[in-house]
Amino acid sequence: MAAPLTLVLIVAVTIRAVLFSSSLAEPLMERVEVVSPLNAWKRVVEGLALLDLGASPYSGDVFHETPLIIYLFHFVIDYADIVFMIADGITAVALYLAVQDYNKTVFRKQKYALEADRYPHDCLELIRTPKEMYYIPLKVALFYLLNPFTIFSCVAKSTCGLNNAVIALFILSTIKGSAFLSAVFLALATYQSIYPLTLFAPALLFLLQRLYIPVNFYRPSFWLFTLQYAVMYLGSLCVIVCLSFFLLSSWDFIPSVYGFILSVPDLTPNIGLFWYFFAEMFEHFRFFFICVFQINVFFYTIPLSIKLKEHPVFLIFMQIAIISIFKSYPTVGDISLYMAFLPVWSHLYRFLRNIFLVSCVMLACSALFPVLWHLWIYAGSANSNFYYAITLLFNVGQILLVSDYFYAFLRREHHLTHGLYLKRKDGSEATLVLK
Amino acid sequence: MTAGRCTAALLAAVLVCGLTCASTAAAEEAITEEYESISNANEHVQAQDDYARSQKRREITEHDDDQNEPPPSSSSSSSSSSSSSSSPPSKDYFKEELVIRPLSSGDIYASFQFQTRWDTDFFAPGKKVSHYRLFPKSLGQLMSKFSVREMHVSFTQGYWRTMQWGQPFLPAPPGAELWVWFQDSVADVDGAWKELTNVLSGIFCASLNFIDSTNTVEPTASFKPLGVGNVTHQRFLRYAVLPREIVCTENLTPWKKLLPCGSKAGLAVLMKSEKLFHSSFLSLAVHIRPVCQDWGCKGTAWELRQTVNVVFDLHTTGQGKREWSFFKMFSRTLTEACPLATSSKVYIDVTDNPQGELFELNPAAPSLTQAVVLGDRRTYAVYDLMASGTFGLLRSLNVLLRWKTPGNFSTQVDMLRPLLHGERYVAGYGLQTGEIHTLIYNNHPYRAFPVLLLDIVPWYLRLYIHTLTVTSKSRENKPSYIHYQPSKDRLRPHLLEMLIQLPPNSVTEVTVQFERALLKWTEYTPDPNHGFYVGSSVISALVPSVVAMDTIFPESSYFVRVYTEPLLVNLPTPDFSMPYNVICLTCTVVAVGYGSLYNLLTRTFQVEEPSPGVVKRLANMIRYLRGVPLL
Repeated sequence: MAAPLTLVLIVAVTIRAVLFSSSLAEPLMERVEVVSPLNAWKRVVEGLALLDLGASPYSGDVFHETPLIIYLFHFVIDYADIVFMIADGITAVALYLAVQDYNKTVFRKQKYALEADRYPHDCLELIRTPKEMYYIPLKVALFYLLNPFTIFSCVAKSTCGLNNAVIALFILSTIKGSAFLSAVFLALATYQSIYPLTLFAPALLFLLQRLYIPVNFYRPSFWLFTLQYAVMYLGSLCVIVCLSFFLLSSWDFIPSVYGFILSVPDLTPNIGLFWYFFAEMFEHFRFFFICVFQINVFFYTIPLSIKLKEHPVFLIFMQIAIISIFKSYPTVGDISLYMAFLPVWSHLYRFLRNIFLVSCVMLACSALFPVLWHLWIYAGSANSNFYYAITLLFNVGQILLVSDYFYAFLRREHHLTHGLYLKRKDGSEATLVLK
Repeated sequence: MTAGRCTAALLAAVLVCGLTCASTAAAEEAITEEYESISNANEHVQAQDDYARSQKRREITEHDDDQNEPPPSSSSSSSSSSSSSSSPPSKDYFKEELVIRPLSSGDIYASFQFQTRWDTDFFAPGKKVSHYRLFPKSLGQLMSKFSVREMHVSFTQGYWRTMQWGQPFLPAPPGAELWVWFQDSVADVDGAWKELTNVLSGIFCASLNFIDSTNTVEPTASFKPLGVGNVTHQRFLRYAVLPREIVCTENLTPWKKLLPCGSKAGLAVLMKSEKLFHSSFLSLAVHIRPVCQDWGCKGTAWELRQTVNVVFDLHTTGQGKREWSFFKMFSRTLTEACPLATSSKVYIDVTDNPQGELFELNPAAPSLTQAVVLGDRRTYAVYDLMASGTFGLLRSLNVLLRWKTPGNFSTQVDMLRPLLHGERYVAGYGLQTGEIHTLIYNNHPYRAFPVLLLDIVPWYLRLYIHTLTVTSKSRENKPSYIHYQPSKDRLRPHLLEMLIQLPPNSVTEVTVQFERALLKWTEYTPDPNHGFYVGSSVISALVPSVVAMDTIFPESSYFVRVYTEPLLVNLPTPDFSMPYNVICLTCTVVAVGYGSLYNLLTRTFQVEEPSPGVVKRLANMIRYLRGVPLL
């Protein structure tokens, strides 16, 4: 199993190395779909240049990376290409191992359920076989490493790749059951871009499930573990933030990184929903809508955690997808992370309702982004509405994709308890509806 | 003044030392002194100029009894002239001058200067100045209310073409420029600056109230105080440029009202707005600074200089003739000096016509004088309006210049190329990124000299300082001093100051890349597709003089400030017509996301039971009422 993974890694690295040395690398670093003001490589270099000039990198409004990123690239600026390739490799391997482990758990659970005869008899075709599950980890690595979005993001040296690596390591350590490492990586991911904060709930649920602690508010063991995990998380977050303070001996990075993410002052176009909305917003409603849009990202955590408390890994997938759709400065690198999980849910394929439509929309949008950007910015024959329309469509596509997977997942769970071929009261064949 | 002379000599030594030091060892102190000395040099060179001129004047007056005054506009000869003026120094007095120089391009450059000096101290403790005579009360009150130490404001229409016209006496960037040094007693400099700009806006009927933190900077080196005093920390300096400001009659009228004689008498009668504004270049300026009362500098006096610099394009207005006269240029003639003035003179530059072979002046000038202006020895014909004979029988003076050679413009005397010259443009295409190129020319054949370059770029053009390159003669030319203050969105502009050594006879190119920001729709100007202006770069330098100056002063550099063109940059624009549509559409997409998740979260799967038909339901209702079992 390790050999195909190595092969995929080698292929991925080769593609990236070729692209790094090609003439594609320069224009990619300017693409608004691939880099955002938060993670553009140009801005990292600018921050380092400011540091060299003796100014704080946060004295201007160009640099919005965290101090640890400066510290990292202060040493490896000359090997940045390699760092980004390694980060992608780490993400892929971590996801590979995580999914491998997760599949084992799933399979074991399924076996127990079968032995206990808990599934209805007509559900046998929904049962997953080891044969079809065998290649899923490899497919995940493949989906991540050879996804054009990931490749572009890596070649543009968007620091989004590093954030993805941290989140992948967090998923790996969670699935492996290491509460401490999980808390540390979650703290690191939160420190990098706030939004992974919402992954706290699924990680906690998964670890509880692994330790066979039921989610019961009257049980002290539940509270004990929650407290333990929260303390580890907050403790490591605190340590990282204090470390950043000591690196530059100022708190300037807090408003410059987190204030920047939350208040969205930079309206550079990207694939998200924020930029045009707030460029066209009436000034006195601005604060209200910023609050609404930011709460929107965090809000889904609670109902999703309640609904999916038995399936924390799917919850992680949902959360990552929601973050990458509704965050303030999304890039294609964020999308590639949740897309890597799609092979894990390949058994849901039969319940997906509009996967064909969604794939077409996503492909068409990906092609139209550069075209309409060119028409607006360079040719001058289109205006901002064209590009905006494509971002809207792209986001609708993503929303449909995610909700479709959510629907399929819920439906499969329903069938696993109620049987696949449902009958009406009068014995005719029934259709399932949401009520 | 003696003190000033000593420091000037000393600073020259420091400067030379600094230049050599900086190239070898980058000792920070040396660099600091270097740039400080450069910027201070403005004052000192002028002071020196004054001194040299007063020396010369003495020599001249010894030889003939003409009271020769130096050509003034370039200079600030107040402090020296007090020593040599024949009348006892009055408490305040007023001088007016007009210098006319035919430019080699065929245009006529006319420079008015009105100088008011008042031997009083606004800031003397326990003394309130309330009695004003010649000094305008509005400006005096302004100075004392906001504790202003020095104020320089200019309004300019058009761009000064250095390569065609040479150096101006007083350079000014297109649009409005304001820089103010506050007293070191001012605690809230920003507050005082804000109020001051608003008051000035009212006084001059200009848009100076649009000066706010997004276009105000505190340059560290380029703008040093020109008057006496010891405050040099840039904390008390504010500098702002409004490149888009349009200068018109409504600015000229309040400007003229500040003069003691208004536009009723003296040289100011020539300033008829329909003629002044029908020109290639017009710059109105007001400069206030503290100067020494006497040689010993025992007390300070306030000097107000009001200048108008105008370039008339006689190609177009003169119907193809090169002859010009006061009447043709200003549609007025001079009839009297301002009765309140102690001196009132007209100078005409006749350097290119030493023997009178090219043109003749009518009436002939009663006297000639020589002076070194901007490193160049010039000869001037002088008309003294205080002398009774100047106006002749007609009681009016209409100086007329008539060319002896037939009037074609090609037979021009080649102008000396300006030693320092700068230009600027934006490179790149599209609305995403761009690159600012600044070209600085050193036309001196064999001497290198350092220049200070000041760039102020608005925040919406995000500069990337790591892309800064400085190349001269296709080699990298590392600036010995860089001060960079990055911008803050909607708060402050980029400020970039550099000390660059220009090799002899070279072009130095400074490039820096920028990214164009998308603004909120309310932040665009009403004509967003016209573009956004970026103010001129300021190049300040001590330029080695080409003419050897007096032997008593071996110092041979003079201070020059060159403004480059302002830039006009296009930004990407949103569609201004559809804020409602955008709000609706984006909210719809968010609602689609929210709705589909809400749907899946709150509902459960159920088997769909076919709903009974209408007839059956009706029958069931009747059956229910009748109390029989339902169908």
